[in-house]
Amino acid sequence: MTDLYIARGQRLAARVLATETVILKADDSGLYVLNEVGTVLWGAADGTTPLATIVERLICPQFDVDGASALQDATEFVRELGEHNILSVSDRPMTGLDAAPAADEAAS
Amino acid sequence: MSSLLDHVMGRATELALPISVHFDLTYRCNERCVHCYLDHEDHGELTTSEVKDILDQLAAAGTLFLIFSGGELLLRTDFFELLEYARALAFDVKLKTNALLIKEADAIRIRNLGVRQVQVSIYSHRAEVHDAITKVAGSLDRSIAAIRFLKAQGLRVLIANVLMRQNVGDYPGVQALAAELGAEFTLDPTITPKMDGDASLLALRIPTTHLLQVFTDKSLIGSAVTPPPGAPDLEAMDDAPCSAGHAACYVSPYGDIFPCVQFPLPSGNLRRERFEDIWRHSKQLEEVRAIRLRDLPTCSVCSLQSNCTRCPGLAYMEGNMRGPSSADCEKSLVFEQARSIRETN
Repeated sequence: MTDLYIARGQRLAARVLATETVILKADDSGLYVLNEVGTVLWGAADGTTPLATIVERLICPQFDVDGASALQDATEFVRELGEHNILSVSDRPMTGLDAAPAADEAAS
Repeated sequence: MSSLLDHVMGRATELALPISVHFDLTYRCNERCVHCYLDHEDHGELTTSEVKDILDQLAAAGTLFLIFSGGELLLRTDFFELLEYARALAFDVKLKTNALLIKEADAIRIRNLGVRQVQVSIYSHRAEVHDAITKVAGSLDRSIAAIRFLKAQGLRVLIANVLMRQNVGDYPGVQALAAELGAEFTLDPTITPKMDGDASLLALRIPTTHLLQVFTDKSLIGSAVTPPPGAPDLEAMDDAPCSAGHAACYVSPYGDIFPCVQFPLPSGNLRRERFEDIWRHSKQLEEVRAIRLRDLPTCSVCSLQSNCTRCPGLAYMEGNMRGPSSADCEKSLVFEQARSIRETN
């Protein structure tokens, strides 16, 4: 499977509330709430770490899931977020200019 | 979106996070609106670095929804620097402005910085009425020109039409103007006392007969005027009256913290204390948070409860945060009348 890279989308507002991430789009006021797994992916979406590495290092140990199926689920998930412009998804690393700021973590 | 927003607000309340903050960057203004409750003199506004430090603290505390308002916020020469800083901290930013200073280049900057909504106050579609309220000749034309600049950038613009005696018959004209400009429209009949307690402005409130007309206007119900929620059940009597002090608060241009912009209970000052300390430990905020619907001696047994959107801040300004707010009592009564009229028609 080709390596995928994910970066936080542009023109978004976001905040981590405990285990969830709330994301709001400036352009259409779309509101999204990511669950715990989504929150880990969002926090790690720096544009340069391969998705497979994020899954292997963060998702699998934290949620005690099998690597192959977790990567498949994560791939589907990030592609869906990509369709909503919440994440940028690329088969090449993205520079810092492509990535939006991370949300501060509150009340964890 | 509303159920998801309810979930977010509920979660913020549960976690005691200040998810929504109204931040007035200045009380200075280039209009002199007859109904304004502010003292426009500058008594020592927060500096650029102080505002940035507060924004850092708010982001760390969990604030997502940030309203920048005033006064006229574009009178601050560092406005765009502060806006850029706020967006870099991933706040969802809305602006409240009279828009007099917004030119095309400003609209482009506002758009590029990812502002989600700009609210502009328009009092009438007739210049002679609007300009008499703002006391600035040409202000309606300038505000409309600015709205066109903002809309040309694809920005979401909300026209806020505060209703008072001077403009009570003009809201259909403002509503039509909003439609022509591609802006959203909201009506607000709330006139509050000045922040120093001077209640003379209350004489500007629209008479009950006009309020009834507004509440029975089919073009407004469900859009510009939201019907109140149904009567709270017994379980809801343990709920908080509103989000002020629970998941929301207000920051003044001098760093004062209040539970809400409409609830001027001094609860701490950010020049003396950190936000987190005020938010977690202020005795005033603790008192506000302790109030439940069942603790309201008059309102908890009122027969108009099902029509009421009681504001504890307005009640506080009338002398008792646990008491009724006469403006909301009047609105509830008129809502009840309007409901009867709508049901018989």
